[in-house]
Amino acid sequence: MNLLVQTSTDDGTFHGPSIMEFFPDIVLFEGTGFDINRIMLIRLLAVLALVIVFWLGTRNMKIVPGKFQSLIEMALDFVRVNIAEDLLGKVDGKRFLPLLTTMFFMIFTMNFTGIIPGLNIAGTSVIGVPLVLAAISYVTFIYAGIKKSPGKFFKNSLFPTGVPWPVYIIVTPIEFISTFIIRPVTLTLRLLMNMVVGHLLLVLFFAATQFFVFTLGGWFIAMGAVTFAFGFAFTLFEILVALLQAYVFTLLTAVYIQLAVAEEH
Amino acid sequence: MLHALVAAAEEGTTKNPLIPELYDIFWSAVCFVILLALFWRFVLPKMQTMLEERSAAIEGNIAKADEAQRQAEAALEQYTAQLAEARQEAGRIRESAREDGKQIVTEARSQAMLEAARVTASAQAQIEAERQAALVSLRSDVGTLAIDLAGNVIGETLADDAKATAIVDRFLAELEASEKATK
Repeated sequence: MNLLVQTSTDDGTFHGPSIMEFFPDIVLFEGTGFDINRIMLIRLLAVLALVIVFWLGTRNMKIVPGKFQSLIEMALDFVRVNIAEDLLGKVDGKRFLPLLTTMFFMIFTMNFTGIIPGLNIAGTSVIGVPLVLAAISYVTFIYAGIKKSPGKFFKNSLFPTGVPWPVYIIVTPIEFISTFIIRPVTLTLRLLMNMVVGHLLLVLFFAATQFFVFTLGGWFIAMGAVTFAFGFAFTLFEILVALLQAYVFTLLTAVYIQLAVAEEH
Repeated sequence: MLHALVAAAEEGTTKNPLIPELYDIFWSAVCFVILLALFWRFVLPKMQTMLEERSAAIEGNIAKADEAQRQAEAALEQYTAQLAEARQEAGRIRESAREDGKQIVTEARSQAMLEAARVTASAQAQIEAERQAALVSLRSDVGTLAIDLAGNVIGETLADDAKATAIVDRFLAELEASEKATK
């Protein structure tokens, strides 16, 4: 499943990365609905890594933390303080903290597999994870709103205050679409497309480097150096994107919950 | 993206990346459930417990520090009080010493004065006694001498004559009186 080998062919022509990158061969349980391919394995590996790191990190927490515990605490506090408590306050922040923490670390870790050598593809670059998480975010903010006060939730969502009533004819459908349709779709697509494009760019740069250096050779090696430099730079950029997308997804979920439980808009 | 789609079309097989496969959804959900369980049931409770213990420990330490501060202040107050008391005590002792000293000096002085007076008195008494003795002895000697002299002059003994004695006594009294008058 080496991407570089796949794209540098013997016939001397350059083959760019294809969308089939994201649908590798099934390796286990083919046709059962629980098929496992390379990307599913990477996801499970990411889950395993998270379980090990957080199990070791919180199994025996000390009041005076060591280096590793400080790091774990910093990561957990980032979600707890900067996302949950900042937006939802202490009480609601604590209620939704497990969900937000799970989202953040799941997305970040699965994004990060995109630049780990040997894995080289983000677990979030296939629609399953973004879609499932967006659906959970969607269900959660609607649940939070209805639990708080069903009438107020739908009134605030569909009939914003301070608007003369005839305007509702236009505003209410827009609000409905933006709240109940656009939100989950944008959550899904933002994450998915960032990861898909990031992966395709990296494949393109490194495949081109391979093509210039090993297939064409000669003066094209200089071109290969340029494409390699771009690939390297985008690898670093992908670290930022991995963190940023995890943050944005979690933050937006918190914002949606916050809007749903708010008294007034 | 466009290039990718074109490349995929060239290869003949393509898939829409927006249509999820069932297994994709399934394994995503499995990953989510495992991680949710991890964070909800294990990691976050542990973190919460630790944070509570930490804040309790910090509060405990603050209470302990307050207690120590209070004790130190009490001790300081006690020492200050003791010091003040000691100073007072010392002052009192100094004062009484001064009083004692003064008294001793006064006593010594009066003692000395008494002694001096006594010495003076006894000296005067002695002088008086000696004077008296001298006077008596002188009187008798002078009397005898005068009688003898007078006897020798008149040729007879007048010694045991009571009349002579009276004359002598009168003479001496006159002498004394004239002495006093000249003084």
